[in-house]
Amino acid sequence: MSRYTIHGATGEWEVVIGLEVHAQVTSNAKLFSGASTEFGAEPNTQVSLVDAAMPGMLPVPNRECIRQAVRTGMAIEARINKWSRFDRKNYFYADLPQGYQISQLYHPLVGEGQVLLEKDEKAGIPEDKVIGIERIHVEQDAGKLMHDQHPTMSYVDLNRCGVALMEIVSKADMRSPAEAGAYVRKLRSILRYVGSCDGNMEQGSMRADVNVSVRRPGEGLGTRTETKNVNSVRFVMAVIEGEARRQVDLIEDGGTVVQETRLYDPDRNETRSMRSKEDAHDYRYFPDPDLLPLELEDDFLEECRASLPELPDAKRKRYIEELGLSEYNASVLTAEVETFARFEMLLAETARQLDKAEPKVATQVANWLMSVAPGVIKGLGDDVDLGHNTAEAQAVILQMQGAGEVSGGQAKEIYEIVLKTGRDPGEIADTEGLKQQSDTGAIETAIDGVLAANADKVEEYKGGKDKLFGFFVGQTMKAMQGKANPQVVNQILKTKLS
Amino acid sequence: MSELTNLGVKDIRDGVARGDFTAREVAESFNAAVEEASALNAFIVTTPDHALAAADRVDADRATGKDLGVMAGVPIGMKDLFCTHGVQTTAASRILEGFEPQYESTVSSNLWVAGAGMLGKLNMDQFAMGSSNETSHSGNVVSPWRRNDGGNTPMSPGGSSGGSSAVVAGRIAPAATGTDTGGSIRQPAAFAGIVGVKPTYGRCSRWGIVAFASSLDQAGPMARSVEDCAVMLGAMAGFDPKDSTSLDMPVPDWAGGLDANLAGKKVGIPREYVMEGTDQAILDSWERGKEWLRDAGAEIVDISLPHTKYALPAYYIVAPAEASSNLARYDGVRYGLRDLPDGAGLQDMYAQTRETGFGDEVKRRVLIGTYVLSAGFYDAYYNQAQKVRALVARDFEQAWAECDLILAPTTPTASFPLGDKSDDPLAMYLNDVFAVPASLAGLPAMSVPAMLNGDGLPLGLQLVGKPFDEQGVLNAGLAIEQRAGFEAQPEKWW
Repeated sequence: MSRYTIHGATGEWEVVIGLEVHAQVTSNAKLFSGASTEFGAEPNTQVSLVDAAMPGMLPVPNRECIRQAVRTGMAIEARINKWSRFDRKNYFYADLPQGYQISQLYHPLVGEGQVLLEKDEKAGIPEDKVIGIERIHVEQDAGKLMHDQHPTMSYVDLNRCGVALMEIVSKADMRSPAEAGAYVRKLRSILRYVGSCDGNMEQGSMRADVNVSVRRPGEGLGTRTETKNVNSVRFVMAVIEGEARRQVDLIEDGGTVVQETRLYDPDRNETRSMRSKEDAHDYRYFPDPDLLPLELEDDFLEECRASLPELPDAKRKRYIEELGLSEYNASVLTAEVETFARFEMLLAETARQLDKAEPKVATQVANWLMSVAPGVIKGLGDDVDLGHNTAEAQAVILQMQGAGEVSGGQAKEIYEIVLKTGRDPGEIADTEGLKQQSDTGAIETAIDGVLAANADKVEEYKGGKDKLFGFFVGQTMKAMQGKANPQVVNQILKTKLS
Repeated sequence: MSELTNLGVKDIRDGVARGDFTAREVAESFNAAVEEASALNAFIVTTPDHALAAADRVDADRATGKDLGVMAGVPIGMKDLFCTHGVQTTAASRILEGFEPQYESTVSSNLWVAGAGMLGKLNMDQFAMGSSNETSHSGNVVSPWRRNDGGNTPMSPGGSSGGSSAVVAGRIAPAATGTDTGGSIRQPAAFAGIVGVKPTYGRCSRWGIVAFASSLDQAGPMARSVEDCAVMLGAMAGFDPKDSTSLDMPVPDWAGGLDANLAGKKVGIPREYVMEGTDQAILDSWERGKEWLRDAGAEIVDISLPHTKYALPAYYIVAPAEASSNLARYDGVRYGLRDLPDGAGLQDMYAQTRETGFGDEVKRRVLIGTYVLSAGFYDAYYNQAQKVRALVARDFEQAWAECDLILAPTTPTASFPLGDKSDDPLAMYLNDVFAVPASLAGLPAMSVPAMLNGDGLPLGLQLVGKPFDEQGVLNAGLAIEQRAGFEAQPEKWW
């Protein structure tokens, strides 16, 4: 197993990484107000009196946001705290109308949990690894400042202000950029399975604060820096690589790492200091007196648990153990909600049309979805109309192939025509001559012809030259213009040659 | 029509309902009284049209035989802490000058629905921080009461609901809203010889009330009789889903349930409330209070509230801590005052706006609150104060094993001349020493007039009840009211 290390001038360094992922909760309304959360609306059109912190306005918790956070906690096997409380984090900024963010410092909603990273050597995960989750708490997002609207003033858009975020805090369990990347991807996958966050990093629905420190292997933790608001998996990995290297160089040059907050500049691929510990805000956290402690009832928790879908790890296990898929196929198919949804729909449809149990056709469907279909689509380029790419059509093709009516090559040809035209696959097979011959009479006739024309080879075969069997198959297929069912050809040939 | 201004809530309502006079006549009489009373400086803005419009609606409803609300035809004063739609709401602070809410507080809205109208927005201590009505940006409120020495020393109406106490005592309004965070209804009621009720925390919605200290703020009625307060509290109270701390309980018919027979009730006298610095007249009134309650059938028992002496210090940590955070929103960005010096940045705008906009007492409390929440001080101050608060609440819980109600003075002294204590914040804070424990425990409490002291100034008695037992508090208040026979009223000098 290769451990990730930084090679410094004075030796090897280990990197220690913890992530705080901010995930926007999927909900129609904000955490403490009824204003809409839809992305991309005109500035300040989704702002309630509460969000604008008008005098005398009060927050009321949105049950759906709490529910989503609880479901997320359950999905990472975390302890759900039946008693939690909101605290105020006080600081002044123009995007924060209340002058405080309502968050949870002392008593978070969700306690310790875990996320499993599966072994994936290509992705730099040499073995299965469990990443600990410290906590998940719920908090308000801030608004947005716009500095390019006026020569001397900044504008404020409060649409995002008050939207619910989950802050998912990992333990400092990651040791390489690859692990951090895999962790963010896995977390994103879980959130999307659960439906508690759309995971859209480009729109800022998910962003990470990246904590990095370095140390000599086996030594105590070094001083960490925190790089704020990193909004893609690639950037998370880049920040860790860059920051670890910067810290190693700094220490080896005789300097010391200072605990500080840093910002990442993707254009220059570097981080720069935002503020040091000395300049850190004193947030004066205290329990929000406008809100009662959050007490969760057993019925509510049961409903949350019952509403959880099959989660990535369980699904992957089931694909391997029950459907007989390879580990690789199972991992790929379960990574994204869209992928497994497409797979399961096609699997069900194919099994139904072939009247077979799902495990009997699962590998065929997986291969089709993972290699055959993407290859065809890629080959067609702009000619593809993905609107034609229905599960029904694909299932018909897989059914014909499974029943031996069409060959693998014919299946691809039919699929091409389906993608271009939307025509019915069965009709294509019939009218385009894309069906293989399973009529034993015709095949027998062709075989008899081939054997008669190659009597010498027949003798050689019977004398022990087994390899010639493939030759006879090829000749027969040629005689049948490639449309014979190879299994039937094999069967008849074997009989005749024995 | 001037005798109409001598009527209270119930008499006005019933007179209007009977047709003895119209709601419009009532509103006009009080509007005139408001206009004459500018020397008291009790109003920040007057809203005669609001009162008239509400009155006209009531008269029209009566004419068409519609049901009338419990406050129908009663024009009231509205403390400037309540946000009122389209009517300037400042909390008596410069930082909110010109602010006209586009929403109506739940409590004021409830009152309008019940048929009340608004005479104007009442002056108060700035952001409800003060006990003498001397911290208002709109100037001091002068009490209608004067000492009986023949002089004209301007006296304090109490605070923070000083405009409310002044107008009710001066027959300028039959009733007014107040808010009580650490005595701001009870203390001015006592100073002005009127009745003031702070209900159980959560009875009245805080939605739309400019926040001072969220865990303590509670609205309540101020009027000249216990029954009027019971009627008005019934109109103000009720569950409000917009306030997470609102009590989801039915509102009892307090006015209908009034009963001055206290047979079987035990009234506790907390021995820790006998404090040095309390006027003899106050102690005398307390003795009389016991006799009155005994006369009404109650048994008087000695009780202990051992953590009483820690309540005031704890209050002056918890309330400023919450205030320092609640007042962060007044930053010059969205509404109210913006003081933006030439070339200034965001931080300068914050500093300058808050420097200009907040009065000294507000700044003092924001600074105290910021300090006690700071890293390194939080445990020693805020956390410790919360523990004390829990102990104070436990004192009461234990006391309820021995009594149903508690009787105590409302204040350690009667009203004092304006300016007397304004340079000594600690002396001022001590004024609320008897009021604060019930606030910390969230308990229903009221002040009811008992007698005049030697200077001819009113003294009040305080009743504190179990959670949700406003009825018990009001009943005991009624028993005192009936026996005290407090008929004194300030002589009109304005």
